[in-house]
Amino acid sequence: MELNELWFLLIAVLFTGFFFLEGFDFGVGMATRLLSRNDLQTRVLINTIGPFWDANEVWLITAAGAMFAAFPEWYSTMFSGYYLVLTLILLALIGRGVAFEFRGKGKGEAWKKTWDAAILIGSFVPPMLFGMIFASMVKGVPIDQNMEMTAGFSDIVNGYSLWAGVTVTGLCLLHGLNFISLRTVGELREKSRVLAAKLLPMQAVLMAVLVGWTFMVTDLFERQGVLLTAAVLLGIVAFVLARHYLRQGREGWAFGMTGTMILLTFVSMFIGLFPRVMVSTIDSAFDLTLYNAASSPYTLKAMTIVAAVLLPFVLAYQAWSYFVFHKRVTEKDHLEY
Amino acid sequence: MDIVDLGRLQFAITTIFHFVFVPISIGLSLLVAIMETMYVVKKNDLYKKMAKFWGTFLLINFAVGIVTGIMQEFQFGMNWSDFSRFVGDVFGTPLAIEALLAFFLESTFIGLWVFGWDRLSKGVHLACIWLVSIGTILSALWILAANSFMQQPVGFAINNGRAEMVDFFALLTNGQLLYEFPHTIFAAFATGAFLVAGISAWKLLKKQDVTFFVQSFKISIVVALISSLAIAQFGHGQAQYLVATQPMKMAASEGLWETSSDPAPWTVFATIDPEKQENGFEIKIPYLLSVLTYNSLSGSVPGMLELQAEYEKTYGPGNYIPPVRTTFWSFRIMVAGGSAMILLALYGAYLTFRKKLEQPNKRFMQLMVAGISLPFIANSAGWIMTEVGRQPWTVFGLLRVEDSVSPSISTGAVWFSLIAFTTIYLILLCLLAYLFARVAKKGPDMDSHEEVEDLQLKDPFDRVRSERYGA
Repeated sequence: MELNELWFLLIAVLFTGFFFLEGFDFGVGMATRLLSRNDLQTRVLINTIGPFWDANEVWLITAAGAMFAAFPEWYSTMFSGYYLVLTLILLALIGRGVAFEFRGKGKGEAWKKTWDAAILIGSFVPPMLFGMIFASMVKGVPIDQNMEMTAGFSDIVNGYSLWAGVTVTGLCLLHGLNFISLRTVGELREKSRVLAAKLLPMQAVLMAVLVGWTFMVTDLFERQGVLLTAAVLLGIVAFVLARHYLRQGREGWAFGMTGTMILLTFVSMFIGLFPRVMVSTIDSAFDLTLYNAASSPYTLKAMTIVAAVLLPFVLAYQAWSYFVFHKRVTEKDHLEY
Repeated sequence: MDIVDLGRLQFAITTIFHFVFVPISIGLSLLVAIMETMYVVKKNDLYKKMAKFWGTFLLINFAVGIVTGIMQEFQFGMNWSDFSRFVGDVFGTPLAIEALLAFFLESTFIGLWVFGWDRLSKGVHLACIWLVSIGTILSALWILAANSFMQQPVGFAINNGRAEMVDFFALLTNGQLLYEFPHTIFAAFATGAFLVAGISAWKLLKKQDVTFFVQSFKISIVVALISSLAIAQFGHGQAQYLVATQPMKMAASEGLWETSSDPAPWTVFATIDPEKQENGFEIKIPYLLSVLTYNSLSGSVPGMLELQAEYEKTYGPGNYIPPVRTTFWSFRIMVAGGSAMILLALYGAYLTFRKKLEQPNKRFMQLMVAGISLPFIANSAGWIMTEVGRQPWTVFGLLRVEDSVSPSISTGAVWFSLIAFTTIYLILLCLLAYLFARVAKKGPDMDSHEEVEDLQLKDPFDRVRSERYGA
């Protein structure tokens, strides 16, 4: 495998990993409002992701950093092209991040209400907007011969991208609900499982429409028909199994299935893009690819060595941190947040 | 204002705000790690209480540091895409390594540290906070490696119309980095140390938890003293290095239009007129600039006008003189702040040594409380000098600021983000101060989390439910 391909793969893994991991903590953030009856329950919910959300967010930072290092043109075009959308995402993430920490440390009802709102908005906005960004990216945006993206409002905000945004947000919510039923006891565990089962068919509809819509407005299926069809079939299996596991109350497996759905969604997107990284609607000659957007062979090689040395450690200690906090969070525990 | 000015303003504001939180995180995690080490070694619960209490400040601050940090990383691509295209091949690498090596480390282990008090053995728990501290230090190393490349580009070649990396290790052995990193990291340690010392002084003035805060003051004043001396030492080395490698920045910092006489006097105060390119009223100390620059009683320092002529020959016509007033005064503010820190730390260490903390000198303790602000002032001034002094370059000698900006973004979009980020950062700063004050006021014996009304006891239905579903 060429290094350019390897780095495309790595960035795909980092973004997919981000949506898998931060996906459930976005979901937990959204679900707080739906499930919690009182402050103590809200705290239990936030504490389920307490030790993890920070590191989960670093997956996004690392994905962006890896893009910068391996594909500086991709990073530059995308980040300046989606300027306002990214601004909104950043504002949402800032509010959400401090909310977890600040919520329990101030005084009074209004203080808590404010941060609860920040958690809700901050958990809802990023998956929605990222969904829109990636949808418009695969559909194509105006990119000129200088690799400058000059997108108008409707290039980013349109029916397809909005639908994709809602679908990704829904996936995160579902994933988060399964995480909650895996990490709590009693009422919260029960409620989140019931709600997940209720939302599952709706999510299936969202997903099915998104697949059909993608078939119509993008060239993804034209280019990688076999692989994407396989992904769709696997997706259907994941939905059926998720339903089964939710009914049986096997929370770990149900969580695994929503995780699979997220993986399939983002992996399919990157497969469909390959070897492009951004699609130009002006002329396919202006597409950014993993060759014309890449760093020099030397840099890619240096980065590969660094990543090969560091990644095993990173994955190992993150896995360990999930192992350390594998016990369910209860109202009787000492709650940090 | 055009897109370049707006982008610069936004970068300046977000960076200065970000660098309020970052040094607190670096400094406090080191101090908390030291305190917890003392707990594990001495088996005295006082130190555990200290680690927990000061750890609360660390946590409040850490969240803000992380979220404002994402902004820093995204901003290169969002506002400065032509810069990112031109240097991404070199510049992106340290940023990616920073995320992979440092951010993962600190964010994972701070989670383990906060939530792991009852779940990890003492030794493992202690290792967690040290890994957080190491993570913050590594993060500084890599981002400063990137910054040093902008001050003094090394290890690259211009190919395909951009700077491409040809020597990875040159980035790490960049002479600029070898001074900039220790100077900055000790400044960060000092920031944390003066925060702890200042809050401790405030509590000692109020005679609350005296044993606890005397002990906290002791530990922090040692760190403060070592750090502020090291800052001065490395800062001095850095200034000497700058005269050789970035003489324009140093000449501007000294307000030196004409090449100085030999021996060179040091200007304490000057009214600078950038239009006429001369200074009005000046107060000078003879010999001092020669001594500072060359450790000798002789030697002249090149002035801006001479350097301007030289740069025009090398880089073509243009104005290569940075904003002199800003550079000159930020340098002086930094040095004054640093000197005040040394004096405070020295006297504080003397009091500690003489065991006079229980009955402290009231005026001095008040100064220590005010002294919390000194590192922040000096940090910001230092960065302003470094970054403004580099103008008109983004990457010295390679890329100018006006060629670095994103061509596709609109002024409206940048106005929006500028106002939004500035507002939110101001709010965060106020909240941080409020929460710090609140935690400090409560003292070490209170759980930082507000006592929650036990709803289960009030509502009988809740109690039934929780019994049914209970763990």
